[in-house]
Amino acid sequence: MTSAALRSRAWKMLEMVTTPLLPSDYLDLVSPLRAGADLRGRIEAVHPETRDAATIVIRPGRGWRGHTAGQYVRVGVDVDGVRLWRAYSLTSPTHRQDGRVSITVKAIPGGKVSNHLVRRAKPGTLIQLDQATGDFVLPAAKPAKVLYLTAGSGITPVMGMLRDTEFDDVVMVHSAPQPQDVIFRDDLHRLVADKKLRLTELHTDTDGMLDISRLDELVPDWAERETWACGPAGLLDAAEEHWTAHGVRERLHTERFRPSIVAVGDGGEVTFSTTGKTADADGATPLLDVGEEAGVLMPSGCRMGICFGCVTPLKAGAVRDLRTGEITEAEPGVLIQTCVSAAAGPCDIER
Amino acid sequence: MTAIDPTAHLTAEQIEELGRELDAIRDEVLADRGEKDAAYIRKVISAQRKLELVSRGVLLFSIFPPAWLIGTAGLSVAKIMDNMEIGHNILHGQWDWMRDPKIHSTTWEWDHVSPADQWKHSHNELHHTYTNVIGKDNDLGYGIMRVDEDQRWHPFHLGQPLWNFINACFFEYGIAAYDLELGKNLHKRRRKNPEFRARARAVGRKIRKQVLKDYVIHPLLSGPSFLTTLAATFTANLVRNLWTHSVIMCGHFPEGVQVFERRSIKGETRGQWYLRQMMGSANISGSKAMHFMTGNLSHQIEHHLFPDLPSNRYAEVAVKVRALFEKYELEYVTGPLPKQVFSAWHKVFRLSLPNKKPKVETPDREQELVAA
Repeated sequence: MTSAALRSRAWKMLEMVTTPLLPSDYLDLVSPLRAGADLRGRIEAVHPETRDAATIVIRPGRGWRGHTAGQYVRVGVDVDGVRLWRAYSLTSPTHRQDGRVSITVKAIPGGKVSNHLVRRAKPGTLIQLDQATGDFVLPAAKPAKVLYLTAGSGITPVMGMLRDTEFDDVVMVHSAPQPQDVIFRDDLHRLVADKKLRLTELHTDTDGMLDISRLDELVPDWAERETWACGPAGLLDAAEEHWTAHGVRERLHTERFRPSIVAVGDGGEVTFSTTGKTADADGATPLLDVGEEAGVLMPSGCRMGICFGCVTPLKAGAVRDLRTGEITEAEPGVLIQTCVSAAAGPCDIER
Repeated sequence: MTAIDPTAHLTAEQIEELGRELDAIRDEVLADRGEKDAAYIRKVISAQRKLELVSRGVLLFSIFPPAWLIGTAGLSVAKIMDNMEIGHNILHGQWDWMRDPKIHSTTWEWDHVSPADQWKHSHNELHHTYTNVIGKDNDLGYGIMRVDEDQRWHPFHLGQPLWNFINACFFEYGIAAYDLELGKNLHKRRRKNPEFRARARAVGRKIRKQVLKDYVIHPLLSGPSFLTTLAATFTANLVRNLWTHSVIMCGHFPEGVQVFERRSIKGETRGQWYLRQMMGSANISGSKAMHFMTGNLSHQIEHHLFPDLPSNRYAEVAVKVRALFEKYELEYVTGPLPKQVFSAWHKVFRLSLPNKKPKVETPDREQELVAA
């Protein structure tokens, strides 16, 4: 018998000992970061960067497979007891000696997770992790000349790149409202002092937004450079247009942070994605009724919100609890009670 | 329906107002639900797991009587915690709001021979929706007992104190059979129903796993303590069964709790539904430890009004609910455990004998008897 087969047999035996729980339910009590556990991380430090941004240093579990500079990671954080998932760029170099990684988070107004991480996160807290992902990364072959075009928290994936790989000729154009809003300002200026980076820092509160046509003046050889751009949609749209107009679109790599913009309203089109059916729903009809009316086999129970027999994943959009008026927006892992929820805008129900 | 309706003095408007006041109590807790509650359930789950681990560890040496006593007591408490404060409440969806897939009504499995999904159907859906409605809520007597004067007497009921005692000892098996609706489904025609057979197989699998763990694997691991570990696990299961049965009897059986007829819930409003929950449930008074060990089902009235509120909030909710009972001049049935258990058993004995039919019968009831 192979060792893998032996291990799986031993594990089966162990499951018989712990049933109806799993051995991992007990192991998680003592060693939540061990190999084989669901991927988690422990916050080990929180370093303020600006008045509304902080770097969170995380010790990932043994199952962490590492990352490539420029990638992001999804983290699941318990805020007021509710687990919420968000994606943040990794800002640590890829092979830190101590095996830790860091994300840098900017608190956005009204942002539950970002404000929690920047202002309230405590070292020692466990968070959930996914493996790093994203293709906003450096190529295997080193380009001769590099341009980083960033704005606001768009600096974060690029900082991961800067810390990871040194290039001979690197230029960065970075925009932020004021000097004190520039995340990693000290690090950037240190790189400039060491002649490892040429930096153009724009302060939009005084200088106004970057006009992409000014790029000729700021970085005359921009069209020859392999460019990585990250920032608000306006900047990226303008950059894509500019690079395309000059026939060098293939040199531009962009990363868009896509905060899911959910249209919240009264009723909307409901998609039942498993069966491929759609139906129009008003803001007062329970989604259970909408689904049944559309011929979708919906799990159901008490039909009054008490038995939890109808809970179903909400894949996209928003729903309103008909009892409390509370809005729930789609996020991975969000389940809703279809018997007391109505469409609050277009939504996608996994049935 | 008992001859005198204890809610007769309420107008329709008052009942709806009562419903609104209860909704307000619920909303208050929802608005305040958060980190502390999440920390509470995590702490309870972690404590239960540690207690079970340590108890099973001690039982490896149960050949020594003190180890047997400590291990058995610990395991009994661990099993009670698993079923009551943790399992029952998680399976009600009380903790779904945390969005933690490991503490969720759709993924939780408990130390019980009835698979969680089957229990959720018969308990959450049938019992909680149709609380105390004769013919709809089979928790009323579990199909083996007569619990109201209006139910027809049959000589079979003479033995109900004995049935109830046997049910108490093997309560988890009773519940599994009940969730399978075994009585109804063992009829020749229904036995072959593929859906029933699949559910029966699921119960069989669960029983096999539970029995294997408790009565084979753990005793075997104990080596020379095989027999004493076996006896300890049997005892812990017995203690858990007797305890949960007692707590659950206190929820709806004590004297003063109302039952309802099928016709009475047609077109029921939210206020009327709330009122039925209030009149159909009974509490157990006692210390914090008492509430904890019953999984807060000592606050059965509050649990039936708000089955999906986190159990650790029932105590504070109870103060407000009780004030509403007083305001609307309704009887809040409660008492210490021994009194409530005695009351419930007294009813089981009393109704094992036939009684005179109440003189005044509503036309509804007669029609229903004819229809039945």
